[in-house]
Amino acid sequence: MSLNGAVAPSQFPPPVDSVGEFIKRELDPEDERIDVGVVIVGGGPAGLACANRLLQLLADEPELMEKLGEVPVAVIEKGKACGAHNLSGAMMRPSGLKQLFPDVPESDWPSHGTVAKDSVYWMLGPNRKLPLKPTPPPFRNHGNHMVSVAELSRWLANRAEEAGAYILTETSAHQLLVSDGVVRGIRSGDKGRGKDGEELSNFEPGSDVTARATVLAEGTWGHLAGPAIKEFGLAANREPQVWALGVKEVWEVPKPLDRVIHTLGWPLRYGAKWHEFGGSWIYPQGEDRVSIGFVVGLDYTDATVSPHDILQQFKTSKLVRGILDGGKRVAWGAKAIPEGGYWAMPRPSAPGMVICGDSAGMVNVPILKGIHYAIHSGIMAAETIFEQLKAGGTDLSAYDLRVEDSLIGKELYQSRNMKQPFSRGFFVGGAITNAMVISKGHFPGGRWSNHRDAEAGMTIDSKKDTYPKPDGKYTFDKLSSVYVSGNATRDDAPNHIRVRKQVPREIAETWQWMCPAGVYELPDDAPESGKVDVIVNYTNCVQCGAITAKGGRLTPPEGGDGPLYTVT
Amino acid sequence: MKICVLVKEVPDAAVEKRINPSTGRLDRSGEKNLNPYDTHAIEAAMQMREGDSVEVEEIVAVTMGPESAVRALHKAVSLGADRSVQLTDDGLEGSDVAATGYALAKVVEKEQPDLVLLGQQSDDGECYTIGAVVADHLKMPSLTQVIKMDVDGGAPPTLRCERQAEYGYDTVEVQLPAVISVGDAINEPRYPSLKAIMGARKKPLDKVAIGDVGIDASMVGVEGSRVECGDFHAPEAKPAGQIIEDEDTNETVEKIVAWLEERKLI
Amino acid sequence: MADVLTYVLHYEGAFNKNSLGAVSEGAARAKEIGGECHAVVVGGDDLTDELCQSLGAYGATKVFRAKGEEGLAQPVIDVMAKVIDDHGHSYALFGGGLLGFEIGAGLAARKHAGVTMEVTQVRAEDGRLVAERPILQDSQISVSKYNGDLGIIIGRINAFEIVSSDGGSAEVVDVDVEYSTWSNQAKMVQRGEQRGADVDIEGADILVAGGRGLGKAEGFKLAEDLAAAFGSGSAVAATRAVVDAGWYPYAAQIGQTGKTVAPKLYLAAGISGAIQHKVGMQSSENIVAINKDANAPIFEFSDLGIVGDLNKILPKLTEAIKAKKG
Repeated sequence: MSLNGAVAPSQFPPPVDSVGEFIKRELDPEDERIDVGVVIVGGGPAGLACANRLLQLLADEPELMEKLGEVPVAVIEKGKACGAHNLSGAMMRPSGLKQLFPDVPESDWPSHGTVAKDSVYWMLGPNRKLPLKPTPPPFRNHGNHMVSVAELSRWLANRAEEAGAYILTETSAHQLLVSDGVVRGIRSGDKGRGKDGEELSNFEPGSDVTARATVLAEGTWGHLAGPAIKEFGLAANREPQVWALGVKEVWEVPKPLDRVIHTLGWPLRYGAKWHEFGGSWIYPQGEDRVSIGFVVGLDYTDATVSPHDILQQFKTSKLVRGILDGGKRVAWGAKAIPEGGYWAMPRPSAPGMVICGDSAGMVNVPILKGIHYAIHSGIMAAETIFEQLKAGGTDLSAYDLRVEDSLIGKELYQSRNMKQPFSRGFFVGGAITNAMVISKGHFPGGRWSNHRDAEAGMTIDSKKDTYPKPDGKYTFDKLSSVYVSGNATRDDAPNHIRVRKQVPREIAETWQWMCPAGVYELPDDAPESGKVDVIVNYTNCVQCGAITAKGGRLTPPEGGDGPLYTVT
Repeated sequence: MKICVLVKEVPDAAVEKRINPSTGRLDRSGEKNLNPYDTHAIEAAMQMREGDSVEVEEIVAVTMGPESAVRALHKAVSLGADRSVQLTDDGLEGSDVAATGYALAKVVEKEQPDLVLLGQQSDDGECYTIGAVVADHLKMPSLTQVIKMDVDGGAPPTLRCERQAEYGYDTVEVQLPAVISVGDAINEPRYPSLKAIMGARKKPLDKVAIGDVGIDASMVGVEGSRVECGDFHAPEAKPAGQIIEDEDTNETVEKIVAWLEERKLI
Repeated sequence: MADVLTYVLHYEGAFNKNSLGAVSEGAARAKEIGGECHAVVVGGDDLTDELCQSLGAYGATKVFRAKGEEGLAQPVIDVMAKVIDDHGHSYALFGGGLLGFEIGAGLAARKHAGVTMEVTQVRAEDGRLVAERPILQDSQISVSKYNGDLGIIIGRINAFEIVSSDGGSAEVVDVDVEYSTWSNQAKMVQRGEQRGADVDIEGADILVAGGRGLGKAEGFKLAEDLAAAFGSGSAVAATRAVVDAGWYPYAAQIGQTGKTVAPKLYLAAGISGAIQHKVGMQSSENIVAINKDANAPIFEFSDLGIVGDLNKILPKLTEAIKAKKG
């Protein structure tokens, strides 16, 4: 791919050997290990759906439950609580929770209700919008529930604990245990290391947690899923995964919002060379709150694209002012979204292991739905594992077929050929179909590539000149936003982000603008061109995962670090 | 020697703290955690056990709180306490500092410890004083903000404590039994091992109510509290500050000095 | 009986300034509710009649003096409990400082009384005293009202202003107290030890804080010179960014993950004022900020903001202050 003199982050790969570092092949001696029945990495909707379903099945098999020992089901969650690192829009399809808890009425769900109206706007500028009528099918949300995944995870965690799951929060899964070609469990992360990785006085090493089955439900940037996919060749014949970055705020508002809103267009630019694909959502969160976010595909080419600032810019539109004015921001956060669709999904199982939810790329980009897939995949994982526990085996490949034959496989397959127009984004989809009509063929120009985000050549251009100056009341800077996310990592924590420290200016600026938490900075005296040093303020990191898509590699920090999302 | 460690479950530091408008009390609906200062107290107890000066037979974690407070006890046990006691009773709701200290003292009294340790302050109450209240009820001496503590042997043992008081560092020798509230500079708390975390649930946890420990119900709860806190309001907005653009630095400095003098800062 | 009893700490022949503030406050408030302000002092022979009488200048009409161990709380609790039992004071008032907390809380237990700490304001309402204190990291004010015979008020550091009048000389009353057994269990081995290297950031009256705007580690010399010019009671503090960069030690760090301070003067040089830093110093009485960026957030909450080059301003300011101090 010609870069025309632009520089791509992929030319400066991060200093990491994920298989060498994150797969452990020798187990600790037995008395130092912790043995559990099933270990689930990730306390989000996928992992907790799996935990809940497993315990439902085990409740009917007390003998099997006994055999699994003191801890039949353990959930390993790196955040302070389940949900602390979860963020989404979100309008959730009800089928997942219905299948998981058929006897729990929808009114008991942690839901902010269903919404009857939806609108889609093509933004021509801050004060001009074109409604797309009738609402294109992918944007219709009739019957879907407005939920906060941070709240949903907490709710699922409470139910899982009541059912007997051991939920270990503030615990990261640092390595995958693999021996004789079978996944044996995970190794938890160390605690008490200093800035340079040295052992501090209260150093506590992690432990090997062995299990009959391991579920990887780590979410969008899957720390262990990555090396697992490489180790077992799960991505053979698949497209590379690509991501978008979503930045979101929750606002208390004076008057309730009566509809689900999606927008396309401004402030993103139309020109093909920019590769700026994305859009916004504005959802009512109960009577007195609104969830608003902006999503940008990470294969853009202008190094000064900053999704956080684009959200702030978007808020200055007449449309958004009409909703948020007089209100107060109560939450902020950011998270990457896997956008590769059907062809980018890895084979989701290996001996002794399955991958669920976002970690397996189970997101339907054209309709922007993934939470119910996470839940369904967790259920299917539990059912497959349960069969194997009874049979005493480690072959979980039946999971692959289950997923393929389920609504996940079917729906994702349906959208696989929407390369035109939906492959590069949900928002683009409707945009394309309608825009071709409105713009008389002017948009879209160019052609979509399906290359890795990190392979996009970056040039320092002018997007940055359009961002509003934060006023601290309606528009906000990154640092005060990080504060609101509840992030308070200890100062002598080691650096959990792997990036090259010296890169061309274009790459450094890409990271600086892209990161919603202000982790990457250029020194004041950095040269205007050529190689520059990158300052990494890793304690600001909210673990959105974008850096992993664009030339770096995020690893889990010490358990408990990072944001404490509550309503995102 | 038997040590009681008083622990408290408080809202996590990252949770935005606010008053619940309907109850008029701190909104405790968000994430909770073991009060960070209390982890230093447990660590101090553990270091005494692991040291050579004295034999610590038992470390008991004690808390007063609602159902969810068991998590604080589990954490305390995962850090090394041998067992825990939870005082929980609806009649305790709304207790002020004096009432809470009294209730805790009654529970501790039953344990007959040689030493009571606790963190000097809690993130939510911001009271910094419960140790002193507990101590008076137990008829023990109390020291707070202790940042160094050594056991000096003897029968009963004496503790040599250091704390920063009004005029500098004071070194005080205290004969046990005593109540010591520790500051965060005293030690670096350990992280619990995964095994200890998972094993915590199996350690004995006794739940007791007002009647079980002889608490006089009229001295606790809303009825038993002698101070009423209310009328919460935002502090007066500070008047906008003055801004000087420095053009002539000599002039600017003169202005600064005048401003400082006006406020008796020099 | 609407009398107020205050505790006055002394050391090396001088009374503690927070205690004098408490007496001043006690006297003013007692007057408003038709009572008197008395003081309690506990110590040895250095509590001369003359010294104790001088509390009259701050508004105390009586000083109850007891012989006992200095600098420890339990003996004072015994003394104050007795005096209150004998004379029926309605309020016990303490100035900021460690002992105030310990004695006030112990007294609350002894007398089963309501107690409020970190009080920033006391006022009279309907013949009773009401105390205000900040809560939730200074984001809200809470108002305390007392039930029962005794209310205990413990002030925040530097909350009460010292007001001396020509109240004349206070009456000194010697009190004979039988100390509780546990009051004799603590012994002062060494009092008031100064530890040179440990700069007491939290106790300093004046803090000169440096941030990234200082440019480099050597920039802290400017801050140190200025702090030195202000004299004793001042110290140098730092933001997390510069501590991370290794320009200054962690012990001096102010902010969300560092120390929280409330000095009389916080002078921020080259600090942008991001909220992570602000929460550590927002309660400072006077905030002066020097920054070359007119849009720095710190200017939104500083009392005096100077937009300019700190490299030019700090040295000249240091000279000017040295000159003033003579």
